[in-house]
Amino acid sequence: MKPQRKQRLIWIGALVIAVAFAAGLTLYALRANINLFYTPTQIAAGEAPLDREIRAGGMVVDGSVKRADDRLYVEFAVTDYQENVVISYDKILPDLFREGQGIVAIGRLNEEGKLVASQVLAKHDENYMPPEVADALAAAEQAKQAATANP
Amino acid sequence: MKDTLLRWFHKWGSPKWFYDLSGRWMPWLAGLSLICLLVGSIWALAFAPMDYQQGNSFRIIYLHVPAAILAQSAYMLLAILGVITLVWRMKMTEILATACAPIGASMTFLALVTGSLWGVPTWGTWWIWDARLTSMLVLLFLYLGIMALQDAIRDPSSAARASAILAIVGVINIPIIKYSVEWWYTLHQPATFKLTEKPAMPMEMWLPLLMMLIGFYAFFAWSLLLRARHQVLIREQKTRWVTQLLDAKPATKSDPSESAKS
Repeated sequence: MKPQRKQRLIWIGALVIAVAFAAGLTLYALRANINLFYTPTQIAAGEAPLDREIRAGGMVVDGSVKRADDRLYVEFAVTDYQENVVISYDKILPDLFREGQGIVAIGRLNEEGKLVASQVLAKHDENYMPPEVADALAAAEQAKQAATANP
Repeated sequence: MKDTLLRWFHKWGSPKWFYDLSGRWMPWLAGLSLICLLVGSIWALAFAPMDYQQGNSFRIIYLHVPAAILAQSAYMLLAILGVITLVWRMKMTEILATACAPIGASMTFLALVTGSLWGVPTWGTWWIWDARLTSMLVLLFLYLGIMALQDAIRDPSSAARASAILAIVGVINIPIIKYSVEWWYTLHQPATFKLTEKPAMPMEMWLPLLMMLIGFYAFFAWSLLLRARHQVLIREQKTRWVTQLLDAKPATKSDPSESAKS
């Protein structure tokens, strides 16, 4: 390679490394703000502010969904398998909302540590499967549980 | 080995050689992309099973994922072309970069739009400022910036060099897009389509996706060559081989209509 070209290549390499370094530092400094939501553990540890709008994410705890009889109001708990946070919501939940599903709720924490949500979004994971396969998996899981329950 | 590689590299510097070679590749690429996109989309829409949670709305994955992958691949290509443009000052890479940017931009736009349409039924929102969606929007702005820069400077070589620098600097965004779903908590789920690991979906869902991906890549290559050939003719219009080519072509084609008019 001609020395002139080699020099240009080195300059480009240096430029890319410098920019990568700058971007890395920026992202590192902003890391708390880039996260879309607080986990229940962070909220329990008091990392989330009380007086402003935050987002909380986690899995909906099985059997925790309580609906009001006469209106849309619903209460449920989300978990990251360490801590739980109770969320209340009074609008229509997304189709994918169900127990065991990941969700992100936008709202404010009140004094009791309950999140009063103004919007609930459903997260979904990267796994896709046909309904029959999902049913078969659930049936297999049940059979396994039955087998361990009465050996 | 090194010599043949070097010669091959130097051949790419010749617009005429590129024009002849790409002319031979075009029909194959067009055929491959047409077959893959046709078979892939019929397979994906009619025969692939629906998802157990999302039902039929998950089928938008067959547009969304190939568009998003291609948007990033096109950017990587743009950055590599940029390095060659800056270091070796090759005319061909300048031409390919001008041809590549708008296709990459439209793929990014397609990925954002399909993702947004998908977000309404599954997440419950059109848009959220999470790391994946935001970095993808930044990619679109990078593409638009590169295109604007290519257009703003009259001398094609200076324009190519200026936009090459922007393309190389912006390449930092690509790993951020790719790993955003792993580094931070996002609403967007991690990647489903992986080449190195077992895909997170069964074969009968994954194969049409692979088909669509190949179709998208072939379409990208085809449109890239089409646009680049057009650019070659414009930039080389004063050279002998282009004037000869243009003299030879219309004479055989437009003769009957010309005579009919007169």
